[in-house]
Amino acid sequence: MPMFEAIRMALRSIWTQKLKSVFSLIGVLIGVMFLIAVVSVVQGMNAYMEDQVANRLIGVNTFQLRQRPSFSTGNITREEWLSWRRRPRVTYADAEYVEERLEHPVLTAKYCMDRVDIGYHGKVAKDIDLIGTEAEYFRIRNYDVASGRVFTAQELRAAAPVLVIGDLLAERLFEGQDPLGKTVTVGGLPYRIIGIVQKQGTMFGISLDKFAIMPFTAHGRRLICPINVLDELIVKSADVSTMMASLQQTEALMRGRRGLKPQEANNFHLQTAEEALAGWNKISGFLMTFLPVIVVISLVVGGMVIMNIMLMSVAERTREIGIRKALGARRRDILMQFIVESATLSTVGAMAGILLGFGLAFAFEALTPMPAAVAPWSIGVGVTLGIVVGMAAGVYPAHRASKLDPIEALRAD
Amino acid sequence: MADLVISVRNLTREYLMGSEVVYALRGASLDIRRNEYLAVMGPSGSGKSTLMNLIGCLDTPTSGEYWLSGQEVSRMGDDALARVRNREIGFVFQTFNLLPRATALHNVELPLVYSGVNSKERHQRAMDALDRVGLGDRVGHRPNELSGGQRQRVAIARALVNRPALLLADEPTGNLDSSTSDELMQVFHQLHDEGQTIIMVTHEPSIAAHAHRVVVLKDGRVESDRLNQGKAA
Ligand SMILES: Nc1ncnc2c1ncn2[C@@H]1O[C@H](COP(=O)(O)OP(=O)(O)OP(=O)(O)O)[C@@H](O)[C@H]1O
Ligand SMILES: [Mg+2]
Repeated sequence: MPMFEAIRMALRSIWTQKLKSVFSLIGVLIGVMFLIAVVSVVQGMNAYMEDQVANRLIGVNTFQLRQRPSFSTGNITREEWLSWRRRPRVTYADAEYVEERLEHPVLTAKYCMDRVDIGYHGKVAKDIDLIGTEAEYFRIRNYDVASGRVFTAQELRAAAPVLVIGDLLAERLFEGQDPLGKTVTVGGLPYRIIGIVQKQGTMFGISLDKFAIMPFTAHGRRLICPINVLDELIVKSADVSTMMASLQQTEALMRGRRGLKPQEANNFHLQTAEEALAGWNKISGFLMTFLPVIVVISLVVGGMVIMNIMLMSVAERTREIGIRKALGARRRDILMQFIVESATLSTVGAMAGILLGFGLAFAFEALTPMPAAVAPWSIGVGVTLGIVVGMAAGVYPAHRASKLDPIEALRAD
Repeated sequence: MADLVISVRNLTREYLMGSEVVYALRGASLDIRRNEYLAVMGPSGSGKSTLMNLIGCLDTPTSGEYWLSGQEVSRMGDDALARVRNREIGFVFQTFNLLPRATALHNVELPLVYSGVNSKERHQRAMDALDRVGLGDRVGHRPNELSGGQRQRVAIARALVNRPALLLADEPTGNLDSSTSDELMQVFHQLHDEGQTIIMVTHEPSIAAHAHRVVVLKDGRVESDRLNQGKAA
């Protein structure tokens, strides 16, 4: 009997026992559904984390010289944290020392940030990221100015009270009016708005436009950093190898400058995009470790359910088997019929699982700010698992069916 | 003899019931030529069905020889027996034994599925076979949508669709009323006229009267074997 004939026969038999079929494929369905959903979410998150989160928070080929990490990577002891806080802070002088000595072409920007309130004609925008930095910062972050301009070297040197603001601040304080040239108050002092940065959108539902940028020399710096101190020096390179070289050079320069002995650990931190991903990598690593466990358990349970349903089916259809044998079905025809039926049943379950898995992934995408991406390989794996589980589950029932004696089978019922 | 279809020699079939041996057939011998129309009679338990199942290759004998169309069936393995059932034998049962969820057409196609006929030819041959038994207009009906007589005719169409050497029928009229039985006998007559070799088991003398030769079994042996007066071939 040709394969396609057997599959047609199986589909017909599955269709005539709809309810039982639905029950029997739930296990496989759940297993494959998990597989597809988790893989899609992890895949989507990976891409998102890599080219959105890491690169927007820190930047491509960029590292930061800091006192301590700004991303919590989980298991830090209290002692560790306290020791980080006791480290010397990064100063203007440190930054300039490094900037002057880096051999490779890089973009650098001194950087300080804290949350402040910004007022305009009685209106107040609370918790705005006030950033004190240099003009290179805009190029490092790829900030395009939507209108106006960024501050000049002259303004930086003169500590001019000027601001380039994010889109959210423009909307909150000016509601449709042109903010350019308007004067807002930051910490009681007047600041003139000279530019507005192109809207950046959101990440995890949080606005990326809630900031105001001023020259780090401006008076407002006392609101965000102590005198002569920086949160970080940002260093951006053209490619990974330059970045790694600059990073190593910075480490050596800082160690030398701070007189650290070879056995002493760094008392500063060099932060890269990798670190922003560390937390996520832990979660995804966990998911991808336990996913196979969940999938295997559901498939084993699903396979056992299918096997039992197939055994019941063989018992109920003893007479049918007798008839088929009387009409010339060989053992292997009956064996194939039931294995194909079991595999088809399981594959139908796997396909339903794939659809539901996509459904879950898309629901995740719709209900959370995070994306999901379908991994084509997971479809192939899902279907293959369905076929394999079904065949394995069908072997024993099919063997029982094929061994039935035609006369006894015909007497059944 | 060249046109011998069946040759049975000292065929026995014993069943083990616990420690007791049941002798269903105690050495039956029988020769049947092409285009014979034979009725097997005998009291209940005399071994009629046992003999039919052996001739139909649904069962294997305890001892003895069985030759079908020149091949020794009693020595065949499982797959070879399945092939003989598929190609050489058409079996009609008292209880019809149709697949309940399949249409008449699909039921008739089944033997062809197992002989690897492609679906187009299968469809054509099944339609022809249903036409032959007068059911050309019922091909899409399921068994429970057909009368007893119609079901038995579907079963006959199925038995004939692979052009077997032998049509076997174990009490084919056992579940039919007398007028339907008569109609069925008309079908058998026609098939016999067209050259079909037929063996049928029956309890009823009126049915046996349609056959050309009557074999009577008793206690697992052939008690008598005679030609029907007036029907001699
Ligand atoms: N599977 C079996 N196990 C044990 N004994 C059996 C089996 N099949 C048949 N027999 C016995 O073999 C004997 C012959 O049975 P068989 O069915 O051939 O009789 P029969 O002539 O067809 O009877 P009936 O007219 O009632 O159909 C009976 O005594 C029966 O009990
Ligand atoms: Mg009987």
